[in-house]
Amino acid sequence: MTHTRTQPATVGRRDVLRGAAALTGSALLGAPAIVSAQPVTLRYLGTAVNQSKEIAQKVKADLGIVIEYVPVTTDDVSKRIITQPASFDVADVEYFQLRKLMPSGNLVGMDARRIKHADKITPVFTRGEIAGKKIGDQGTAPRKVFYLESKTSTKFSAAPTQWITLIPTVYNADTLGIRPDLIKRPIGSWAELLNPEFKGKASILNIPSIGIMDAAMVVEAMGKHRYEDKGNMSRAEIDLTTRTLIEAKKAGQFRAFWKDFNESVNLMASGEVVIQSMWSPAVTKVRSMGVPCIYQPLKEGYRAWAAGFGLPKTLAGKKLDAAYDFINWFLSGWAGAFLNRQGYYSAVLETAKAQMESYEWAYWMEGKPAEKDIKAPDGTLLEKAGTVRDGGSYEARMGAVACWNAVMDENDYMVRKWNEFIAA
Amino acid sequence: MSGGRAGTAVLPRPASVPVTAVAAWRRRLTSGAAAPYWQVAPLALVFAFFFVLPLAVTVVVSGWRYNEYSMTPAVVGDNYAAVFSGCLSELPGLCLTFKTYLSTLKFCALAWLLTLVLGFTVAYFLAFHVRSVTVQMALFLVCTIPFWTSNVIRMISWVPLLGRNGLVNSVLLATGAVPQPVTWLLFSDFSVVLAFVHLYTMFMIVPIFNSMSRIDHALLEAARDAGASGWQALWNVVVPLSRPGIVIGSIFVVTVVMGDYVTIGVMGGQQIASIGKVIQVQLSYLQFPLAAANAVVLLVAVLMVIAAMTRLVDVRKEL
Repeated sequence: MTHTRTQPATVGRRDVLRGAAALTGSALLGAPAIVSAQPVTLRYLGTAVNQSKEIAQKVKADLGIVIEYVPVTTDDVSKRIITQPASFDVADVEYFQLRKLMPSGNLVGMDARRIKHADKITPVFTRGEIAGKKIGDQGTAPRKVFYLESKTSTKFSAAPTQWITLIPTVYNADTLGIRPDLIKRPIGSWAELLNPEFKGKASILNIPSIGIMDAAMVVEAMGKHRYEDKGNMSRAEIDLTTRTLIEAKKAGQFRAFWKDFNESVNLMASGEVVIQSMWSPAVTKVRSMGVPCIYQPLKEGYRAWAAGFGLPKTLAGKKLDAAYDFINWFLSGWAGAFLNRQGYYSAVLETAKAQMESYEWAYWMEGKPAEKDIKAPDGTLLEKAGTVRDGGSYEARMGAVACWNAVMDENDYMVRKWNEFIAA
Repeated sequence: MSGGRAGTAVLPRPASVPVTAVAAWRRRLTSGAAAPYWQVAPLALVFAFFFVLPLAVTVVVSGWRYNEYSMTPAVVGDNYAAVFSGCLSELPGLCLTFKTYLSTLKFCALAWLLTLVLGFTVAYFLAFHVRSVTVQMALFLVCTIPFWTSNVIRMISWVPLLGRNGLVNSVLLATGAVPQPVTWLLFSDFSVVLAFVHLYTMFMIVPIFNSMSRIDHALLEAARDAGASGWQALWNVVVPLSRPGIVIGSIFVVTVVMGDYVTIGVMGGQQIASIGKVIQVQLSYLQFPLAAANAVVLLVAVLMVIAAMTRLVDVRKEL
């Protein structure tokens, strides 16, 4: 009853799913009027990855709240928050976007006292560490933008406060995807992306703010330059990075660039490309097509990203209470387990663990060989018994993060240089 | 005249206006002279709302200042300066904007030339070689078959055909024509032009066919009687009389190609720049004023091209 809208079988983190929002509204008209009080509807703005039908159904069953998805791209999430702040009740935003979103004043801090598991959120977010060990801090690490000085402040606080910008939903560590059957040798460094051995068979993603960081990982791995902060380059560093890319492009290194999850899957599965920047669900999809593909851990580490729930300043009364209920429910385990089973990571690990089978937890989170076949939440076979997750355990993967997705101070300049690279 | 009467029926009579003025208005509105204005009013309103207004907003916003999260109304040339930044200092090298326009113009010229030759040939065959109207219509429908699927699917379906492990390469390898798979078939200028021709030839066929079907066949017979060869008849009779169709088709193709970024993106493997793509990237980084400035420049460029084409023929007169 909640949703008649169909979801694609595999959804990319930033899959484009425009215009479906209007449909959900009409679905609500069919709701039976048995409930005395009108059920609260939350308009959930975000990218398609978290907007699973299963989550909406479970929320309806557990809380009686109707979740109405507004699926857009990562870029459009920012655009909506800036230009139409009253068009959603809960926003699922990436942390790196906060540096341009918070100054608008359209999002407000969330009261940590109303979040039941606030103190159990993984220290990756609150302190930037994992198992007591500091992790990579370059770029817009969530730690830097996690707290606000006050509820309506537009300034981030380094020290913990009562006001949280975003409650984490999912996060992950990105790296290069490779075709082991076509490369036929071990790959261990980001520098391999520009190795002439793969001339005409490499690809990078054409989303400037993320592509430039993958390129920076490569430049650093080649020993050309050591960045102070890959997520906040100087103009000279941007010049150097794009120049390296332009040289490689002119030499014919790249087969194509991709912008959309499905494009990266097609490039890899068709063998047009053998090494490229990739997202974890894309690797899973290539593999599920029967094509060997590895999400290759590299010695320089990962580029990480994280997303979380933010509240618009316009939210009040029953809707505000419902939003807190929904977010508390999200951290209470079921959703966490659901996301962990897709290869993402969830915010509160212990509640998610309680909802997962021990063999599942061992495979996804502890990096142990699968005792039984590993299945996706919808029951399709993901991995056969005996396989080990690429990159190993949660601690090994998230512990090896080198930098986080970011918005640079020199963002305008970077976008211009990136456009030059594309035009070169 | 009925349009004029219907118009007055819905006009409320303002109470404070003197009766004589109202009468004057009524006379003017119901007189025959006003009728054409009432008749164009619906279209004019739609145009004003959905075309003139957005365009005006775009032009206005292109003069605003902006940062990552807000825009300030202003009338500054900064955004235009940014669009053309480096265009003087980098001479004789080309700046980003010039390079992109040059590349776009190249695609325009190639797509226009190929769709014109192909479209003209197909239209000529349909108009002069197919005698029965039924067969004509059937063949015309056949031409539209590629449009029965979505634009993106049409483009993506080239990949298994032209790719490194695609059908064409398999055939070339099997026949021994090439020792290794050729890569220029896909994600290249070639594949972009191919997709344009595939997508837009129809836009040429329709108006040219329309013009040709009005040509009196007696004119061709007269040309032959007067001793013209087939080519002479084609060049001196058919081509001049098809000119409106050719120009309209050309306007379609050129404007569509100028603003395209999806085809160039998909078929060029995102490696080829296009103005549309530049604008799209700027929009996604909330640089609305800069994107607006780029859009205005693009509009001016397209208008110049169209002005040049309409110089060749007065479309309104010929219709």
